[in-house]
Amino acid sequence: MGKWTRRGFITAGVAAGGALLVGVAIRPGHRVPGLKKHVEGDGETLVNAWVKVDRDNKVTAIIPQSEMGQGVMTALGMMLAEEMDADWSHFDMEQAPAIADYANPHIIREFLIDDYSAPGFVEETLSGAFLTLAKSMGFQITGGSFSVRGTGTLGMQVAGAAAREMIMDAAAKEWGVDTASLRTENSKVFHDASGRSAPYADFAEAAGANKPPAHPKLKDPKTYRLIGTSQKRVDIPAKVNGIATFGIDTKLPGMKYAAVSAPSTLGNKVASVNDSVARTMPGVQRVIVLDNVVAVVADGYWQAKQALAALDIKAEITDADSLDSAGIFAQYRKDLDAAGDRGGDTDRSQGDVDDALNKASSRFEAEYQVPFLAHATMEPLNATAWVRDGKCEIWSGTQNPLGSRNNVAETIGFDADDVIMHNVFLGGGFGRRAYPDFTDMAARLAVEMPGTPIKMIWSREEDMQQDFYRPSAISRFRAALNDDGTPTAWDNVFVHKHDPSEASLIPYAIDNQLIRSVESPTHIRFGPWRSVDHSQHGFFIESFVDELAAKAGADPYEYRKKLLSGQPQMVAVLDAAARLGDWGTALPAGHGRGIALVKAFGTIVAQVAEVAVEDGMVTVKKVACVADPGTAVNPDSFVAQMESGIIYGLTAAMYGNITVRDGGIEQSNFHDYEMIRMDTAPEISVEIINSGGIHGGAGEPGTPPIAPAVTNAIFAATGNRIRTLPIAENL
Amino acid sequence: MVQITVNGVSQTVDVDENTPLLWVIRENLGMTGTKFGCGASLCGACTVHLDGQPIRSCVTPVGDVSGQDITTIEGVTPGPDQLSVVQQAWVDEQVPQCGYCQSGQIMAATALLRDVPNPTDADIDAAMSGNICRCGAYGRIRRAIKSAAQTMQNQNA
Repeated sequence: MGKWTRRGFITAGVAAGGALLVGVAIRPGHRVPGLKKHVEGDGETLVNAWVKVDRDNKVTAIIPQSEMGQGVMTALGMMLAEEMDADWSHFDMEQAPAIADYANPHIIREFLIDDYSAPGFVEETLSGAFLTLAKSMGFQITGGSFSVRGTGTLGMQVAGAAAREMIMDAAAKEWGVDTASLRTENSKVFHDASGRSAPYADFAEAAGANKPPAHPKLKDPKTYRLIGTSQKRVDIPAKVNGIATFGIDTKLPGMKYAAVSAPSTLGNKVASVNDSVARTMPGVQRVIVLDNVVAVVADGYWQAKQALAALDIKAEITDADSLDSAGIFAQYRKDLDAAGDRGGDTDRSQGDVDDALNKASSRFEAEYQVPFLAHATMEPLNATAWVRDGKCEIWSGTQNPLGSRNNVAETIGFDADDVIMHNVFLGGGFGRRAYPDFTDMAARLAVEMPGTPIKMIWSREEDMQQDFYRPSAISRFRAALNDDGTPTAWDNVFVHKHDPSEASLIPYAIDNQLIRSVESPTHIRFGPWRSVDHSQHGFFIESFVDELAAKAGADPYEYRKKLLSGQPQMVAVLDAAARLGDWGTALPAGHGRGIALVKAFGTIVAQVAEVAVEDGMVTVKKVACVADPGTAVNPDSFVAQMESGIIYGLTAAMYGNITVRDGGIEQSNFHDYEMIRMDTAPEISVEIINSGGIHGGAGEPGTPPIAPAVTNAIFAATGNRIRTLPIAENL
Repeated sequence: MVQITVNGVSQTVDVDENTPLLWVIRENLGMTGTKFGCGASLCGACTVHLDGQPIRSCVTPVGDVSGQDITTIEGVTPGPDQLSVVQQAWVDEQVPQCGYCQSGQIMAATALLRDVPNPTDADIDAAMSGNICRCGAYGRIRRAIKSAAQTMQNQNA
């Protein structure tokens, strides 16, 4: 029934009651290496988009991505509605509970078809191609700013276009006219020559009986009516009156609450627990000791937490207990020293760096350092698990529902089919909720108490001290400058190479380049943190190029521009940011402006920060941000993501510093892991450049430029170059 | 047993009087709009009103507020399909992203506007800086507060 196309697998059919269903599957791919195992096999596919037209002519898109505040449901819905010419005022979006459910014949019936019975075509399809899906279980992670550029362009737009073509073909047949003589608008088909028009629903049943088109034609972007207009986010109304349900809000009959404590040295196991006091405390149901964590389960969370504090927990003693931040950074330097001028893995090698350095009229070198960072999502990690009748159900906000499901199944020894993930709103993700550790933990606790739903909530302290951290890192640079200050060599070596692989590469035209990485593993577990490796390389690269501009006696904006020959889109963004940020205009004493430019996840972003430095204190007054994602699908929502990325990155740049002592994390809550707040948040202005195509992400690209924009501004204001973050501790 | 009045309803709950109000509201009363963020009065996600003033319910023992009027986000919402002026301003300015902190933000802003009908930027800084938004919606929150203040003044004019 379905057809493979260049873009993916399209399938369609009609549900009982005349609802047309169109689905598109695309091949997955993701950058988180630890998760690749879920999509290693041949033919692994995930269904990424479904659209349904019901009898009331309402169009519903089923959105597989997790909503964590980035407006993904709305943007993906808009992309589908655009290609389908659906009536946006009569359009709904539903969040899929977990992607594997699309591929599961039982759940597809309940979920996708809702109150309809399963149509034959679904069964037929499931027994063929879709069973492959069920078996191989593709995964879908909300991350990598991939939703719009991946699921949106490959899934939603194709599904919308296919549905529209099928409806038009059915209408043409019924009316006895050429498909080419029809047009569509607001979920209706029009035949202008005869003055006829009818809602999509009238043709849904007939359309569903036909084969889906192999290559549905996508619109010329010039004809977009919805994409590129600001639409209100569908998830917002429930987020102003307290009714939006996050994982922590799960309510189940007879539910108990678990508070947990893991050994402070990351990765250490539990050795022994004395629970003689805790066991007798009010409301306590169980003390559960797992290899890596101890839990108290009680009638209420507060009771569980009180009893947890009364436990005497001894952890195993390991070499990691003596590790600290100073030792970790010393190890990085030692490993960088050992790599010398040629060692490590090469990211880019062009020309002859050594020769250029030897011949240069001047040479310059600098070393930069960034700390570990926690994600500190507003909603502390939590998951509710219920084991009964041979099944395990989990309620939790996760960026990776399918990966979490597979991990839970593996951890507790259940078939994946017997693990059911209920995905809900995420109280922030930023990469932390792509990891399955917390859903695994809740499932293991639930296995200990079958029949009882257990809501496990991490305290803020636990959340901060058991994270998968943005790695700390050191990056070393050497450059050669010719007589007019133009760089002729760029020599860079840094510790840790993760993703995306291009994060260390520079856009600047420098003839001789050598960019290398050195591995220097620590016991501190790491993970993707908003913008991943761009979060450190943005700071490293944009600081060093700023230093070269200073060395050359050049204006940092003009200096960059000169090095961007042949890159008109980057120049356009840089120019616009300089204009928006009043670059070059006079400032009061003690004030300064800094500029930075980073392309990440397909979006070019330039920012100009204006700071004031008074009495040893930095205030970021204003940030001007210009971004080119190709096309911003929902512009106001895109602007919100830039604002958000800036505040997130600025928080880290100013204060973020996770430090290690005795093998564990020293920071515990917002008093020692400080945040930008209302009184320290700068005024932010954002402009979008739509240069064409839909290729840039929104959630992450706003973050990388802000740290260097601010430190470059501090240099402009004071002559003080900040080479180690955070700013507040290194001013 | 502790007697408390939440959103105008007086009830008796069977909890230790040292239990933080937050957990009583969420677990015993089943109202989950008020959020747990830090447990230490550092983030404002758990903000509720005590006799009209914003307090951090995560560090307020329920026994201390017995007999006083407590209002939660559910209590400032006029009805199932209705929003308060502040809530409507939050929608109009498209403030929430993940949304987790927003109950606390709205409670803080509602209390501010009751005391200071036309707040300056400094007033907003002073009243709102106890509430962290990890999604960084501060600029929109500021705009929404000013827009709500304007709406309220127009209604009273």
